[in-house]
Amino acid sequence: MILYDLLFYIFATLIVIASLGVVSLRNSVYSVLFLIFAFLNAAGLFVLLGAEFLAMTLIIVYVGAVAVLFLFVVMMLNINLTEIKEIVIKRYIVLLMIGVMLLVDLGAVIYSSVVTKTVTALPSVAIEEFINFTNSESIGMVLYTRFSLPFEISGLILLVAMIGAITLTYRVTDNFHKKQNISKQLLRTKETGMKVISVKVGEGVDAISNK
Amino acid sequence: MQFLTNDVSSISLIHFLFLGAIVFTIGVCGIVINRKNIIVILLSIELILLAVNINMVAFSVYLGDLVGQIFSIFILTVAAAEAAIGLAILVVYFRNRGSIEVEHINNMHG
Repeated sequence: MILYDLLFYIFATLIVIASLGVVSLRNSVYSVLFLIFAFLNAAGLFVLLGAEFLAMTLIIVYVGAVAVLFLFVVMMLNINLTEIKEIVIKRYIVLLMIGVMLLVDLGAVIYSSVVTKTVTALPSVAIEEFINFTNSESIGMVLYTRFSLPFEISGLILLVAMIGAITLTYRVTDNFHKKQNISKQLLRTKETGMKVISVKVGEGVDAISNK
Repeated sequence: MQFLTNDVSSISLIHFLFLGAIVFTIGVCGIVINRKNIIVILLSIELILLAVNINMVAFSVYLGDLVGQIFSIFILTVAAAEAAIGLAILVVYFRNRGSIEVEHINNMHG
C-alpha cells in the first residue's frame, strides 16, 4: 500500500530532522519544542503500526506533561546563553567517530539478526487472540491481569518520583506562609495590645486615626 | 487492529529498527555535543528512550506479541519519573549555585 509507505517515510524523516534539531540548537526552548515535534511524529508512527493506545499515551504523557515540565524549567532557570555558546570544534571529530561507530554497530546487529534471518518468536501474549477487540481493550485485558504486579510497581515509582520532586524543591519561607505564632499571641498583654484615647466631642474617631 | 493494512507494503521491521538506531545515535551524539547544557542532556536521554520505544512497538507489531507494547508503557512511566526527578535536582542545584554548568559539578568528590 503506497499510502502506508509514504506516511512512514514522512514521519520517519520528520522524527530524524526534529531530533537533529533537539541536539544541535543553542536555545533550549527550541530544543524542547523540537522534542515535542519528534514525539508527535512518533505518535503518528505508532498509529500507523496499529498501537493507538500507546500513541495517545505518548501525546498525553510527553506533549502534555514532560515537555511542559521541561519548558517550565528552561524558562524559569534563565540560563546564560553566552556561556554555553562556545563550542569546541575538536569535539566534532570525536562526535562523528562515536556516531558513525555506533550506527555501524547497530546496523551490523540489525543486519546479522533481522535482515539475514527472519525473526520468529512464539508470542507470550499473541495479538491474534484479541482480534475482535481494539488496541486499548486488548492492552487493558493483559495489563490488568497478567501484568498487574508490574503495573502496581510502576504506580509506586510514580508516587516516589512525585514525593521526591516535591521534597527536593519545597522550601519553607517565613514571609510566604501565614502561620499562627502561639508564643507571640500569649506574650501579648493589655498594655501592649491596646491604648485608651480620649476623643474630642464633634471630631469622631476618624480625626485621630488620620493623624 | 491495523489502521492501514500493510499486507503489500514494502515497509518491514527493518525500516523501523533502522529508524530507532538513527534516533538512538542522534541521542547519544547529543549528550556528547551539549556537555555543558544539562537540559539538552536530559532531552537527549528522552530521545534515546523514544528510540527504544519505537523498537519495542515495531517488534510487538511485527512479531504479533502484545507484551512489547505493555513494556513500552512501563518505559514511559519510568521516563516520566526520571524527567521529574532530574528537573527537580536541576532546580535545587540552580538555586544553590546560580548556574547549571555540568563541568563544574564535582562538589561531592569528598
